[in-house]
Amino acid sequence: MTTGTANWSFTQDDFTSITESLKRFLGETKSRCALLVDRSGQLVTTVGDAPGLDTTAFASLTAADYSANDQLAKLVGENDFSSLFHQGEKDSIYVADIARRLLLVIIFDSRTTVGLVRLRIKDEVEELTLLIDRVFSRGRDGAEPGGHHLLKGADDEIDKLFNW
Amino acid sequence: MINYASREINCKIVYYGPGLGGKTTNLEHVYGKVKPETRGKLISLATETERTLFFDFLPVDLGTIRGFKTRFHLYTVPGQVYYNASRKLILKNVDGIVFVGDSQAERMEANLESMQNLYDNMAEYGYDLTQMPFVIQYNKRDLPNAAPIEDLQGALNPGWEVEDASKHRVQPDPYHAGQNLVEQVSGGEWIEKAPYFEAIAVNGDGVFDTLKAVSKLVLKALA
Repeated sequence: MTTGTANWSFTQDDFTSITESLKRFLGETKSRCALLVDRSGQLVTTVGDAPGLDTTAFASLTAADYSANDQLAKLVGENDFSSLFHQGEKDSIYVADIARRLLLVIIFDSRTTVGLVRLRIKDEVEELTLLIDRVFSRGRDGAEPGGHHLLKGADDEIDKLFNW
Repeated sequence: MINYASREINCKIVYYGPGLGGKTTNLEHVYGKVKPETRGKLISLATETERTLFFDFLPVDLGTIRGFKTRFHLYTVPGQVYYNASRKLILKNVDGIVFVGDSQAERMEANLESMQNLYDNMAEYGYDLTQMPFVIQYNKRDLPNAAPIEDLQGALNPGWEVEDASKHRVQPDPYHAGQNLVEQVSGGEWIEKAPYFEAIAVNGDGVFDTLKAVSKLVLKALA
């Protein structure tokens, strides 16, 4: 049985690869920004124009939104809805699943179209899936030299955290 | 999740329990007491009558450890039985659980039902609650109809069997002198109980004790 879920980590190399891939995507589709969010609602990274919004809250709500839609899909007999699209007057968002671990959120405006985003996102999802699979196959341990047991022996430091 | 690039440790804690037990009140108190620069917005997806519809969410920074910023995401679930589908979603990828029980004697059945529901929902995700950071808070201790702690403990925290022989040693309860979290019972078997706290969440009593205990368990589970 799984006993916890904090069993993965990103290294600087993972970040560089993911960021470069997303920058390319944003350039090709003329989208404003991309957010990578894990399914528990934690923000992994933001690429592109600073979105000017509360990204922590945004990430949490995106994960909840996507999870709710996942269940709606099952209720109508689908395995999942692989993407979500919310259209606004100026800005719109497109959300796609990456390897059932992460969500890719694209924020775009009238400089581009949902058609172009949808067209290009398929390749982007495939590319990110390969990168993310590498991260998850490695797990938490051995993520970074010396990071094998980041918190080992850190009990004193943990105790000191709670001086509110 | 440990993010080496942004040097952050992110953890998810879920407050679970029966409807009107005080889960949202716990988060509201934390929100009101911690410094604004160490917390984000409190997001509530609630009905017009302030009943939680989907969840409440509050991100809190606890400080830095080994150069990593530790950020806890606190969630509540809707307590009402009706909302089980959305409640289950919030448990996805959880790192630690707080069960907020309602001490009122007449809410005992609702407490038991919610605890069973928690075990069932966790099991559906393949998580074993007995192996996870898990604490229990008995809320509303100030009410005249509050049941004695022994009754609540007997019903909601009777202890689970410790199968791993290497853990068969007495572990005192650091929060209650003279009590143990792990001990051998008269039948010879070893049992473990979850740490528990008494609270009056509307006044803030016990709210931070509970949060600190579960946060420590989560971080120590990572160590």
